[in-house]
Amino acid sequence: MKRTIPLVITFVVGLSLIIAMFIPHSPFHELDSQFSIFYDVIAVFAFILGGGNLLKVHFNKIQNKRRDWKYSLVTVSAFLLMLVAGLFKIGVPDGWTGDYQATGGLFKYLYDATFQPLQATMFSLLAFFVASASYRAFRAKTREATILLVAAFVILLRPTPLGYYLTFWLPEPLKFLHIPNLSTWILSVPNMAGQRAIMIGIALGIVSTSLRLILGIERSYLGSEGRG
Amino acid sequence: MANGNKTTLLDRFSNLDRRVIFLLIALAVIIPLIVNYTTYIPPSLIVQTLFDKVEDMPPGAKILISFDYGPSTVPENQPMANALVRHALEKGHRVYLMALWPTGARQSQQLIEEIIDVEYPDKVEGEDWIHLGYKAGNQGLINTLMSDVKAMYTTDIAGTAIDEFPMMDGINTLRDFDLILALGSGFPGTKEWVQFAGDPGNIPVGGGTTAVMAPLLFPYYPKQMVGLMGGLQGAAEYEAALIERYPQLSERSRIASTSMGPQVTAHLVIIAFIIVGNITFIFERRRSRKY
Amino acid sequence: MRNRTVITVLIAATFFLPKALWCQPPDSSVTEQVFVSPPSGLNAFDTPSDHAQSLSLEWELSPDDGGGADNVTWYRILRSESAEGEFTVIDEVPAGETEYTDRGITEGTSYYYGIVAVAPGGMSEMVGAGPAVAVQNWFSRDRANLMVIAIILVFAITYYIYLSTTGRELYIRKIAGLEAVNEAVGRATEMGRPILFVPGIQDMDNVQTVAGVAILGHIAQRTATYETQLEVPVSRSITMSVGRETVKQAYLEAGRPDLYNDDMVHYITDEQFGYVAAVDGIMVREKPAACFYLGAFFAESLILAETGNSIGAIQVAGTAMPTQLPFFVAACDYTLIGEELFAASAYLTEDKKMKGSLKGQDAGKAVAMLFVLLGVGLGTLAVITGSGAVQSAYDFILSFFSVN
Repeated sequence: MKRTIPLVITFVVGLSLIIAMFIPHSPFHELDSQFSIFYDVIAVFAFILGGGNLLKVHFNKIQNKRRDWKYSLVTVSAFLLMLVAGLFKIGVPDGWTGDYQATGGLFKYLYDATFQPLQATMFSLLAFFVASASYRAFRAKTREATILLVAAFVILLRPTPLGYYLTFWLPEPLKFLHIPNLSTWILSVPNMAGQRAIMIGIALGIVSTSLRLILGIERSYLGSEGRG
Repeated sequence: MANGNKTTLLDRFSNLDRRVIFLLIALAVIIPLIVNYTTYIPPSLIVQTLFDKVEDMPPGAKILISFDYGPSTVPENQPMANALVRHALEKGHRVYLMALWPTGARQSQQLIEEIIDVEYPDKVEGEDWIHLGYKAGNQGLINTLMSDVKAMYTTDIAGTAIDEFPMMDGINTLRDFDLILALGSGFPGTKEWVQFAGDPGNIPVGGGTTAVMAPLLFPYYPKQMVGLMGGLQGAAEYEAALIERYPQLSERSRIASTSMGPQVTAHLVIIAFIIVGNITFIFERRRSRKY
Repeated sequence: MRNRTVITVLIAATFFLPKALWCQPPDSSVTEQVFVSPPSGLNAFDTPSDHAQSLSLEWELSPDDGGGADNVTWYRILRSESAEGEFTVIDEVPAGETEYTDRGITEGTSYYYGIVAVAPGGMSEMVGAGPAVAVQNWFSRDRANLMVIAIILVFAITYYIYLSTTGRELYIRKIAGLEAVNEAVGRATEMGRPILFVPGIQDMDNVQTVAGVAILGHIAQRTATYETQLEVPVSRSITMSVGRETVKQAYLEAGRPDLYNDDMVHYITDEQFGYVAAVDGIMVREKPAACFYLGAFFAESLILAETGNSIGAIQVAGTAMPTQLPFFVAACDYTLIGEELFAASAYLTEDKKMKGSLKGQDAGKAVAMLFVLLGVGLGTLAVITGSGAVQSAYDFILSFFSVN
């Protein structure tokens, strides 16, 4: 029973949502959005589990003074500070009735002064990592790698003045080799073809995996209940 | 591999410390900012068609702009938002701001404080622009808005009843908008707007996304998307088109163009690294064949 | 009976009386100095394949629209809830249009419509139609083509699943990334260092996360057998719960439930860059020997892969996000591209039915390739030959694969 009920629920819900896609009549027409809302509600409750787990893991580290416990102290302090600042609307001009994100509030201050710069910093790491990955990976080892390398050069040169001046002198019949034009062609034709092919393969993979889930063939998500 | 005990130049380049690469990239970004190096990027076709769509709509057109990004991609997405809102308000369109991301509402508020309140004080909230704010639901929200906008947005972000705003008259579903502009950097984002609103509802969808996500959306152009700004370069191209049509914005609408300076130099540095890497690879291969 | 007949005649007559005697558009204060021919054939009907959200109108153009006096600029659409009632203008459409969809209606209410051709200095008499009632439809004809495609795919997949149960051997090519999973676990065991598994940053409602968690079960069985430390930081709470169940079951099946600890699968944060910062910190401090990135990723993919590269870990990645694949290919040792991620659980478990579904997926791909070739061939032929029949065939293929 412990195994059968989740499988039946998966089958019924999965099939209903597929059928609902083709039936505009009530209640089928909004089944999709209603289930999405239910899922979001469950996810919010599940967040309590996640948040609790986060605190438990780090409190444990702090209590037992395990390696790098000071980082855990920072994590827990930051977590509690943001939670308290937003929950109790500390510093918000209109107090309890105001928006917790209002200007003047502690939450907004912490968001603007710490969260935004931290996010921007992490995202900025990509610029450095792209350079180091390019240096290491873009080697003309094979014919295909060489073609990839040339395409990468064209795309990289597109916004630069060098890209313009390298090829602006080309005569009219060869204008398609002008780097900005060639770059646009690479993105619009071979890139688009490749993206579409990958998307078709992925879509088929999703159909197959979803069918396995609905038919109960794929049961790994059930954990112990998935095994007989 | 060292030649005896001596480390050759080839060895140094083969085992180049990544911190050297990081330092050179940092300099490539910082120096153009200090010397204020800017570059003109002419609009590409995909950006120009987006610009033309906004430009060709009669004044008073209803444009929904969705802020589906967070602080991490503000350098790419915020210039797009600024350029689009400036363009829309210069044309006299009606701008509806909303967000599928919780952090998106903060970015739209920033746009209101920095652009609308400062540069367009004559524009009236509720008549020319409205801030609807964030609602949870991802693509489920888009689905619901397709059938009933006011069921989800009963008030604006400040809590004022939605029917008190004149510009919400006649807005019942997403189909009542003339154009949806989705500024995204992940999920949910521009792709979801195309899949759940633009394509099934036959609503024109355009927008902007980070440079990494842009290739994913090229297949939707031109049938399912009217145009797309890809990354900072796309924003700079839109600004170029905007300044050409509205020269009075040339001083104000330049953030993406000035930010392209560091991007250009960083690209050149990366190209140099790739060339050096390949030269090193060729010489290494020759050396290993020799021995 | 007689009363009903009289009423019917009256209603019918009102649609044919000149506008001077019957209904005028409310703003009929315009002095009619120019004669404009009215449109004809107005038909009002329930919009098919919808949820009683709208009524549709169709009409034939006024003879003065694009012909005749050629002075029509707009068509004015009017609506009333009764034939004798006051008609109000609900919208205007430009000349040349022959269709309109009215979405401001209530389900079950009868509506009567009128249409007037407007020209500078005049307008035509009103042409009416009705009643029309919006009802909920049971089948979405717009999506009939999707249903056909879905049936073909489902048939292909279930057929091969059935075929697999008959004992027939189905060939699946080697996938290097999946062959490397065991190698990576073995390497970590030899080095005495942990294994890091990242199931993506999306929730369990994303099929990629489901696929990633399925592979986690397989890896967990290996780590249980070899007594290798496993760490699974997750970005979503539901993924944490499911991951725990999966790993616990894997350790149970391997006969080592004593080695399982709930904290092996732990929650970090929903926030994308906060999560990747924490995982990077784990990598730099714990120095895992093998890193698996299997699920849905966004911009953080390169940050994870480069950090893993810097600590010398063997890295196996797999995602169905096309924009992140190049980063993984450049920085990782093995990459599962797109559908290979979904094939992983079938490949690793060697379950017959799952293998059958993989073959069905391939059959679906073959069908897709066939239609691509057919469409490209017909499109090219239509341009070269200019044949109407070939063009029609091409248009049919295009429309078959369109959603609208």
